[in-house]
Amino acid sequence: MNAVIALSPMDLSIAALLVVALAFLSFRMDLGVTRQIVVAALRTTLQLLLVGMVLKTLFDRAQPWMLAFIALVMVTTAGRVVMSRQTRQFTGIWGFGTGTAAMTVSSFSITCLVLTTVIRIDPWYAPQYAIPLLGMMLGNTMTGIAIGMERLTSTAWRDSGVIEGRLMLGQTWDEAIGTIRRESIRSAMIPTLNSMAVAGIVSLPGMMTGQILAGSPPMEAVKYQILIMFIISSGTGFGAVLAVSVGARRLFDERQRLRLDRLVGKKNEAR
Amino acid sequence: MGMDLVIDALCIRGLGPVRLTVPAGGCVGLSGPSGIGKSSLLRAVADMEPHEGRVRLGTMAREDLSASEWRRRVGMLPSESAWWNDGVGEHFLAPEKVRPSVLGLREEVLSWPVKRLSSGERQRLSLLRLLDREPLALLLDEPTANLDEVSTRQVEALILGYARERQVPVLWVGHGRAQLERVAQRVVSFDSEGCLRDADGEACR
Repeated sequence: MNAVIALSPMDLSIAALLVVALAFLSFRMDLGVTRQIVVAALRTTLQLLLVGMVLKTLFDRAQPWMLAFIALVMVTTAGRVVMSRQTRQFTGIWGFGTGTAAMTVSSFSITCLVLTTVIRIDPWYAPQYAIPLLGMMLGNTMTGIAIGMERLTSTAWRDSGVIEGRLMLGQTWDEAIGTIRRESIRSAMIPTLNSMAVAGIVSLPGMMTGQILAGSPPMEAVKYQILIMFIISSGTGFGAVLAVSVGARRLFDERQRLRLDRLVGKKNEAR
Repeated sequence: MGMDLVIDALCIRGLGPVRLTVPAGGCVGLSGPSGIGKSSLLRAVADMEPHEGRVRLGTMAREDLSASEWRRRVGMLPSESAWWNDGVGEHFLAPEKVRPSVLGLREEVLSWPVKRLSSGERQRLSLLRLLDREPLALLLDEPTANLDEVSTRQVEALILGYARERQVPVLWVGHGRAQLERVAQRVVSFDSEGCLRDADGEACR
């Protein structure tokens, strides 16, 4: 880590000029995204600076409870994002609970497993490793679960005639939703599978790029990236299987009736 | 061997309480304007929606069976048929035993893709698909809605033949009074209060 070139505020403002130029272009061409560009750029700056400060404090004195608190904030935020991305979400606690619980189980268990058996850092919750790992796990699992749940609920809503037709012919709820459940899980996994398949050829993964820029030997960065790819795709896969399965079960009651009244459409709020 | 379909104190969406017995081998017609809840009654009997009341088939009470076992015995034909596989034949349990010609369909129709079917063909095939499961009671929601006169008669003959042969009770929803009088021994309808009445105006009890 001796080759890190520290960035000064001056260096960053050169990059910021590019964003300002883009915003100006958007304004002149009346693209309608000028405001979003400025707001997004400001948000990224503020949020990342805040995280930087939090991480700095955390790294200085690692307290398990602080780590737990950060993890909790991360999971709840990710859970809300999953929920907000659904056009139709489950009513009550199931709306927030299904995705969040699945995400928690899969991300936490895999992150803990990797921390204790693969990286074997002491203490295992050392924030330098735990937080970035958990963050990457959550970010990807979140996307996967959001896609899977959206596919499940929107297809069930649209194809309710098919599901009920199958039930009327005496199929169990499990058979009647089988095709839709399979497709939903598959669609949740495809983005991570694709990124595994093209990693290094089409895209250089962000984490690896960051490590190399910060001066790590490429082979070390690559090994970490492979580790990350493996745990991200398995975490996303297991999380999606869990969330979609629980969601699919929730679509039916104890008498195996399709209960679309357990879904509510979103009230036209802006995404 | 036939069993009566007995509906007791059934309430759904402001309808009922409905009390009705469809005798084994017999057909009860349910008529009335659309939107009054005829389909809801069938859906309730098939246990497709939450509702109040009891239903039994002979001595078999619905609550003693799992919902899928019940629906396998009490087969419901919805007004819109749903197809989920690409090929027609994949929807049948015993495609080799199906005789499409009794409904005026070509023998090779089972090897066709579903996309090729017209709405009338879909409707007739959905009846064949239901009978292929050999249900012990039939709940039919306008089984001839998209059909011409010839096909309508063929469908009626097939259903009544199946009912007579196996002594199966049939609850038949339709809005053509003439058809219901032709196929059913008894025609009932909902009044504006959601009370089920016989053709002579007597409340069913």
